[in-house]
Amino acid sequence: MFITNYIKDVFGALKSLAVGLKRTGYYFTHHKEIITEQYPDNRDTLVMADRFKGEVVMPHNENNEHKCTGCTACELACPNATIKVITKFDITPEGKKKKAIDKLVYHLELCTMCNLCVVACPSDAIVMAQTFEHSVYDRSELTKVLNKPDSKIMEGIE
Amino acid sequence: MWSFNKIAGIVDQWLNQTFNPTWALVFEMVIVGVCVIGLFAVLGLVLVIMERRVAAWIQIRLGPNRVGPKGMLQSLADTVKLLVKEGMTPAGADKFLFNLAPYIAMMVAMLLMAPIAFAKDFQIWNMNIGVLYVSAISSVSVIGILMAGWASNNKYSLMGAMRSGAQIVSYELSAGLSILAVVVLTGSLNLNEIVLSQADGWWIFKGHIPVIIAFIIFIIAVTAETNRAPFDLAEAESELTAGFHTEYSGMKFALFFLAEYINVFIVCAIGATLFLGGWMPFHIGHWESFNHIMDYVPSSIWFFGKTFFMIFLIMWFRWTFPRLRIDQLLNLEWKYLLPISMFNILLITAMAILGWHF
Ligand code: SF4
Ligand code: SF4
Repeated sequence: MFITNYIKDVFGALKSLAVGLKRTGYYFTHHKEIITEQYPDNRDTLVMADRFKGEVVMPHNENNEHKCTGCTACELACPNATIKVITKFDITPEGKKKKAIDKLVYHLELCTMCNLCVVACPSDAIVMAQTFEHSVYDRSELTKVLNKPDSKIMEGIE
Repeated sequence: MWSFNKIAGIVDQWLNQTFNPTWALVFEMVIVGVCVIGLFAVLGLVLVIMERRVAAWIQIRLGPNRVGPKGMLQSLADTVKLLVKEGMTPAGADKFLFNLAPYIAMMVAMLLMAPIAFAKDFQIWNMNIGVLYVSAISSVSVIGILMAGWASNNKYSLMGAMRSGAQIVSYELSAGLSILAVVVLTGSLNLNEIVLSQADGWWIFKGHIPVIIAFIIFIIAVTAETNRAPFDLAEAESELTAGFHTEYSGMKFALFFLAEYINVFIVCAIGATLFLGGWMPFHIGHWESFNHIMDYVPSSIWFFGKTFFMIFLIMWFRWTFPRLRIDQLLNLEWKYLLPISMFNILLITAMAILGWHF
């Protein structure tokens, strides 16, 4: 019946509001458990969540070698044209020409941290780093070259 | 004992002895004006910091903690920031109305202070139609809002103003009816007499169920009337523009902001006066000794305690409930609150006639 439904509506609404108030009232009276990170006070102890993605980097080993073959798969995968792979040809000891990267240019300001490039890379040459304090005064400082100067491709990566 | 009443009396006496009555009255008005403005400033600072603390605690955050001890000076710093900001008037706006609107909002708030009894025998103007005055003046605030939205030369502001206008006008009905509940029971429109009628218990206890219903409706309606969440449609439904005051900046925006908080204080003060006994200490019927002990707590503390309790309730709502859509909002008013409060007023009238209350 209309009237009973109406009354039920009103009481149901009041009850659900009370449930909400109870929850927030609990939080209000138990305000010791603070979930806020005290950044930047806790810079030294700050732990980032595993899934946090801050920028794309290319790890190098101790001999200044990386795993990038210059296949441009990451460049193709990137929806924002954030990565530019500039290739060159190296001469191998046997005298053959071999494709390698000259520069892997990465525009941090364009990156949405979507991780597609990392997934696309066949040789796991790039990974996501957890850095996050990226602010700079000049936009050009956000354009980075991921391979270090004079770095070489690791042995055995094709 | 030290009380507001005595200080006012001493000042009044001194002025009347030193000057002739007309000048004494003029000076008293000036003093009252300055006091009200001072109260506004203090309230603004206190309520803003209180709101941010309540919000932080409810959301398991810390809230302001940088400026001053425990962040207590944060709202002062905000005020300084707002003062030095540029006050812009958009091109094509109706300059006169645009600049007038925030002052209207403040003026309404100031006028509403007049009949509120802050402590025993301490009232700016003890008028015998206090309740009527309050409901009449508070409906003027909608003019300030419509004026701001219209003069801004911005369609979002105009829509925001229309939304808040519709909201305020509709919720005024239920607010009025729930206020009427207490008026019917007391048989007086004088706020001071309403307080005195609660000497043997506050109406919320004496009037039991119907008055509790009226109290709930009152709280919902005034939350909507002060444009606060979950009824803050003035802040737009989904876009992040601030409704009717989108175009305001600097101090003019601050005046609107302040007016919102002052209005919260005022409606809570009125709610406390009507339902919770205003400055009347917690009395139970004829338990003389118990009542006497309660009288030792100063009346102003009772008043501000109850008012801040109600302010806390309204803040609690804000940080708990999700915002309503405009159709839900009008539905709530016209389909639920208004019929219920109409039925409730009948019940209360019957109760008053048959003497079912304590
Ligand atoms: S994370 Fe996404 S946006 Fe950033 S470089 Fe990789 S593919 Fe491009
Ligand atoms: S980073 Fe990976 S995907 Fe990109 S060019 Fe190098 S090997 Fe190819």
